[in-house]
Amino acid sequence: MRILAIIRQVLDAEESVYVDNRTVDLKGRKLVMDTMDEYGVEEALRIRERGAEAEIVVVGIGPARFEEALRSALSMGADRAIHVETDQEVDPIALSGVVAAIARKEEAQMIFCGGQQADWDSQALGAAVAEHLDWPALTWTRKLELKGTTLAGQRDAEDGVESFEVDLPAVVTTQQDLNEPRYPTLPNIMKAKRKEIRRETLESFGVALKVRSHGVEAQNRERLREVIDGRDAAAAASQLVAMLREKAGVMA
Amino acid sequence: MILVVVAHADGRVGRSTFGLIAAARQIGRSGPVTALVLGSGVAGVATEIAPYVDQVLVADREELAQYDPQVWAAAVAQIAHEGEADTILLTASRSGRESSARVAVKLDAALLEDVVSVVDRQGALVAERYSCLARVTERIEALSPVVVVSVKPGIFAAAEPTGAEPGEQYDVELAVPPARVRVTGKVRYATDRIALADADVVVSGGRGVGDAAGFERLVVGLADQLGAAVGATRAVVDAGWRPYSEQVGQTGKTVQPKVYIAVGISGAVQHLSGMNKSRLIVAINKDSEAPIFRVCDFGIVGNVESVVPAMIEQIAAARLSRAGS
Repeated sequence: MRILAIIRQVLDAEESVYVDNRTVDLKGRKLVMDTMDEYGVEEALRIRERGAEAEIVVVGIGPARFEEALRSALSMGADRAIHVETDQEVDPIALSGVVAAIARKEEAQMIFCGGQQADWDSQALGAAVAEHLDWPALTWTRKLELKGTTLAGQRDAEDGVESFEVDLPAVVTTQQDLNEPRYPTLPNIMKAKRKEIRRETLESFGVALKVRSHGVEAQNRERLREVIDGRDAAAAASQLVAMLREKAGVMA
Repeated sequence: MILVVVAHADGRVGRSTFGLIAAARQIGRSGPVTALVLGSGVAGVATEIAPYVDQVLVADREELAQYDPQVWAAAVAQIAHEGEADTILLTASRSGRESSARVAVKLDAALLEDVVSVVDRQGALVAERYSCLARVTERIEALSPVVVVSVKPGIFAAAEPTGAEPGEQYDVELAVPPARVRVTGKVRYATDRIALADADVVVSGGRGVGDAAGFERLVVGLADQLGAAVGATRAVVDAGWRPYSEQVGQTGKTVQPKVYIAVGISGAVQHLSGMNKSRLIVAINKDSEAPIFRVCDFGIVGNVESVVPAMIEQIAAARLSRAGS
């Protein structure tokens, strides 16, 4: 079986966002594998460690810097990587066509990707890839088990937790509660340096962009930031209750 | 034709759908605003939505009783295609976003996802959305004539009825593919409290409340006094103090109430991305350096164990004296 794990490289969540010339300035900032995608890489590894025979291929579609994130996934234990290199901002629907083409060529049986991208705040990729391939998708999984060719587990639905079963092939989107991603060990980091990263061009996939970005603006919502000392709890509470009543119409 | 996919639960139209209709009317594209009602036993839903739209398409089928994104997307795409819809609007709930992505692929359309504004500019749809963990606003343009739009709930004010005759209802024929995902069980979240997404006031708690009992006493206690919804940080959910359904943030729910009260929350960026659009943010935390104080309107640096009970007491007393007068 072959498993694909789709990853992105994004700004570390702890970094502040600076906007320069209508783009988020990434120069000199800490960039990491999108944590949501990292859960997918980890889960693929665990499926193999629980006994499934699988090759794990990590896929990144983005600029040259994505290589670092691909190496991180290889250091975690993925077998090889495919890097579709482009400086273009490819919208998730266009991106999904590229992922689906790779999945077909690699004859993948499972595809992991994060539930939401930390750069685009998009949740579309997993479902869109599944639609291209005419596969089911299990989004927002929190528990996963492979029994033969059946995938069973639990996922977050809108109004509760759903238990599911589905026959492979399938797309799975991942999130925090699924697992705790491992830290790469030094021997594995060394080993990863020799693993293959196959480079392909975006042009070879004949992608038509569906959405164009006109750039971003920082959100500068002014907050009042009226912060008071709460050592006198009753006095502070009464000030807050009065403020809620007068300014926010709460308990009016 | 502008197709609005109606979200519904327990036989009622979801609140966000009225916002979708408002968005459909403001978008500036011609053609009737058409509601699409998918489900089983949905005649009441169709009748409820009819006064707000020009026409209603109803697919009342047993196979649609259970929501399956793949099946629903096939149905929406088929109807959009046959009705020559150029704009398809869905609610950007998690399930709505999942089926929107599928509909966009099926129709070879652009997807404008989770938008807070959308308007036609000389034939092209231009929208605004939040990105980068909701810290920037991005302006995007659809590059295809047919566009699928998922609209962030709570942004557009609910539409009023058209004032004309209720929209005519039509039953539609569908070739529904079988569902592939077998749902073998479901634990529904308790719903006795107002939903996070619908609440005017949200009281949320972080690790600073100490433990599960502290959360119950302080956060739930204050929420009860205010008739508010209860929210929690990831740390609190991970610790098992509260259910995931209450989690606010990147991997939880996004809320934008009139008032958001953060109790014992330090303000990690992942949490802020789920609540930073609230109209008024109040923070109570013992650490004056906590990031939450940089994004709040009103803050108290103090012990939540003494400040919050004092608030609860004062609000309860005010209510009693009002009830007695």
